[in-house]
Amino acid sequence: MEHIYIQDKTQCELVKTRSNRIRFLLDYSKSLNIIDHQGVTFESNLN
Amino acid sequence: MELQIDDAVLVRDYMAGDERALELLINKHNQRLSSFIYSKVKDREATEDIFQDTFMKVIRTLKRGSYNEEGKFLSWVMRIAHNLIIDHFRRNKRMPKFQSNGDFNIFGVISDDELNVECRLIKDQIDCDLGQLIEELPEDQKKVLMMRIYKDMSFKEIAENTGVSINTALGRMRYALINIRKVIEKHDIVLTN
Repeated sequence: MEHIYIQDKTQCELVKTRSNRIRFLLDYSKSLNIIDHQGVTFESNLN
Repeated sequence: MELQIDDAVLVRDYMAGDERALELLINKHNQRLSSFIYSKVKDREATEDIFQDTFMKVIRTLKRGSYNEEGKFLSWVMRIAHNLIIDHFRRNKRMPKFQSNGDFNIFGVISDDELNVECRLIKDQIDCDLGQLIEELPEDQKKVLMMRIYKDMSFKEIAENTGVSINTALGRMRYALINIRKVIEKHDIVLTN
């Protein structure tokens, strides 16, 4: 089996999205309200 | 040993209303998805923007109830991210961004004719002071000056508008300027930048 090694390690740089973005997504999810009325979907963000 | 909960279970719980399941899903796939996006766009801010947009789409689809769990949650999320990466490159192609680095500053080559904030503030103050001086003029002189300076009317038009001869209009303008200068000198007003 041929082993292929990456010569440039930066091509494998591991990054993570910061916690403030995650918090935003969680808050967005909590505030998102979806209503389906007669086949029409309404999205709103509640306070 | 950390217990890894299956994606299908987390998705099911989230769709049932458990917000905590979403947090577990996001944290579970954060590094993998972010690294994938970063490997394409090579920009951390853009990576986080695309990551955020990806999960906003995921959240909307799950909340609508239009997701069918087939054991391919991560593949689906990666596909959304992939499409957003393509959108990102298309946008950048239409509107290329230039970022200055330490060696070269584009603003050393191209100029911006707009006044900076300080000059803008000074100019606004001068305009305000000048307006107040004009208000102090006799009515006929004020009218001619306003028409000439602010409405860019010719003296012929001013004369027709005010019902006087052109020479009278010219005379009123001359006296308006003389009077303004007198007030400026008398009160030692500075109207220059």
